[in-house]
Amino acid sequence: MFVLEVSNLTKRFGGIRAVEDVGFKIRDNSIVSIIGPNGAGKTTLFNCLTGITRPTKGNILFTDKYISKLPPHKTAEMGIARTFQNIRLFSEMTVMENVMVSQHARVRYGLMSAIMKNNGFRKKEQTIREKAFEYLELVGLEEYAGDIADSLPYGSQRRLEIARAMATEPKLILLDEPTAGMNPAETSEVMTLIKKIRELGKTILLIEHDMRLVMGISNWIVVLDHGVKIAEGRPDDIKNDPLVIEAYLGREMSH
Amino acid sequence: MKGNRLIVIPLFAALLLLPFKGIQAAVIMFITVSAGLMLISFLRKYRIPEGFNKIKAGLQIITENSSIKNSIIPLMMIAFLVSPIFLKDYYLDVLIISGIYILLALGLNIIVGFAGLLNLGFAAYYAIGAYAYAIANTKFGLGFWPSLPLSAMFAAIAGLIVAVPALRLRGDYLAIVTLGFGEIVRLVLNNWDSLTNGPNGITEIAPPSLFGFSLGKLQHYYYIVFVFVLLSVFIIRRVELSRIGRAWKAIRENEIAASSTGINATKYKLYAFIFGTFWAGIAGILFAAKMRFVSPESFTFMESVLMLSMVILGGIGNIYGVVAGAFILALLPEVLRGVHDYRMLILGIGLVLLMLFRPQGLWGGHYRRNKKCSS
Repeated sequence: MFVLEVSNLTKRFGGIRAVEDVGFKIRDNSIVSIIGPNGAGKTTLFNCLTGITRPTKGNILFTDKYISKLPPHKTAEMGIARTFQNIRLFSEMTVMENVMVSQHARVRYGLMSAIMKNNGFRKKEQTIREKAFEYLELVGLEEYAGDIADSLPYGSQRRLEIARAMATEPKLILLDEPTAGMNPAETSEVMTLIKKIRELGKTILLIEHDMRLVMGISNWIVVLDHGVKIAEGRPDDIKNDPLVIEAYLGREMSH
Repeated sequence: MKGNRLIVIPLFAALLLLPFKGIQAAVIMFITVSAGLMLISFLRKYRIPEGFNKIKAGLQIITENSSIKNSIIPLMMIAFLVSPIFLKDYYLDVLIISGIYILLALGLNIIVGFAGLLNLGFAAYYAIGAYAYAIANTKFGLGFWPSLPLSAMFAAIAGLIVAVPALRLRGDYLAIVTLGFGEIVRLVLNNWDSLTNGPNGITEIAPPSLFGFSLGKLQHYYYIVFVFVLLSVFIIRRVELSRIGRAWKAIRENEIAASSTGINATKYKLYAFIFGTFWAGIAGILFAAKMRFVSPESFTFMESVLMLSMVILGGIGNIYGVVAGAFILALLPEVLRGVHDYRMLILGIGLVLLMLFRPQGLWGGHYRRNKKCSS
């Protein structure tokens, strides 16, 4: 029922509490958004979930397995994929290669079969290419397959990151501000893409500042402020939550 | 060309000359180089870029068009195969040494070019490969062929031993550790008299033999080295185009993103070290067998720098570029033998100019090192 269960998650950097005692659950095949002002600890939370930083305390249960001590390549193998707030593409590789890399943990073969180019190798490389192309089609970048990733325009680079994350064949995909710096047209394209990904049976955890997008597609919203969870609930409830309004707009003055 | 380059480069060249030839020569140098550069910058506006692009496009047609490729490659093969019949021993000797450097540069390219790990002590693995054969042969009477896997293995194990602690470091720090290891190996070889015979080196190493025939002639070495170069290009190319090569490049481009897509970055960096140093070991045994003599002098820091220059000159990360780079840099000292005293000077200026005008190397693609700093 729940894909991800986070409990008492704490991450401190020296004396700074980036994430403090946060807990929430994510239902299978839902879209959950994490919102909060700058510096609320959203990206740190993502880093803890993917194993890039190790949490100081707390548990992360992913499909009923504890993952809080696993390194990033293990969490990726188990089925968590992510994109990055500041784009981290393999910029000097082609668009196609970027996505092919993601099949690393899914289609395996050894050094010897690569050198011999035996049948197993050919078949597996073929599978990798086909799948990579499929995910490029999903985000609409198939005609740029041979281009160098760095040469793509900004919006396409963001979509390529999503394709690369999808190509690891995850159960849960974490999107860190997928529409940052995009114009309204591009933003609504990404919104459609996120819905499409959900229809493919994936669960989506989203960090986003665009409230129209968040309110439009989320099933559940978690609000962080200064590392602490201050609210969670359905979009309509969050919209009217006084604590959330305070965190975003400040306290109402009493006259 | 930016305006300040027109002053900085000639000034640099002039300053290099100043200590050797005095102020007059330096001034002449300054004037000549700046005149040359102005000419180049003038020509660049019109012809040079197109000229270079034409060459590049031509090469691309050759490398992509299979019918041309299928005819040119066998032709080159035949040329290389029959050349020992016509060539004098001197040229053959130069070609053998170039072949050994090609092996070294290809090995180093796996570490520096594919995985993006700067290594300044690659001569150490070369030395280990060479000494492994020298010692196995002179002390234990082991032949060339049984020693071959031994040398490669010793070098690869040394690569592993350095890599395990060193890979916790990044970039410049890793470079310093590898540099230190290179010096340690050289000093050990220099001082462990009972095993390595110290600075005098090990002499009378047996040449390879096959079915009782001694393969001690230059022609034999030529063919042996030729086969190994072909084999290494063949194998490394295939590994580059596999999931292993993609994993290396992904780590080079962005380690965090690579590990988030399921690549065990530490493991693959180790693989790169092992696989790269393996070829250094093979180059080492070929060197020892050809020279029939090894001493620590052949494995100085300058050798490591030379290997790195070959990789960078040809085009970091590109196998054919690296082969070309190694070939050119190994050949250049011989070509420039006439102007003996200025050999290193010309080489140095050449490298500086290359980095200014074509930082990706002669054959390099789009890989730019400074990208790494921004991520």
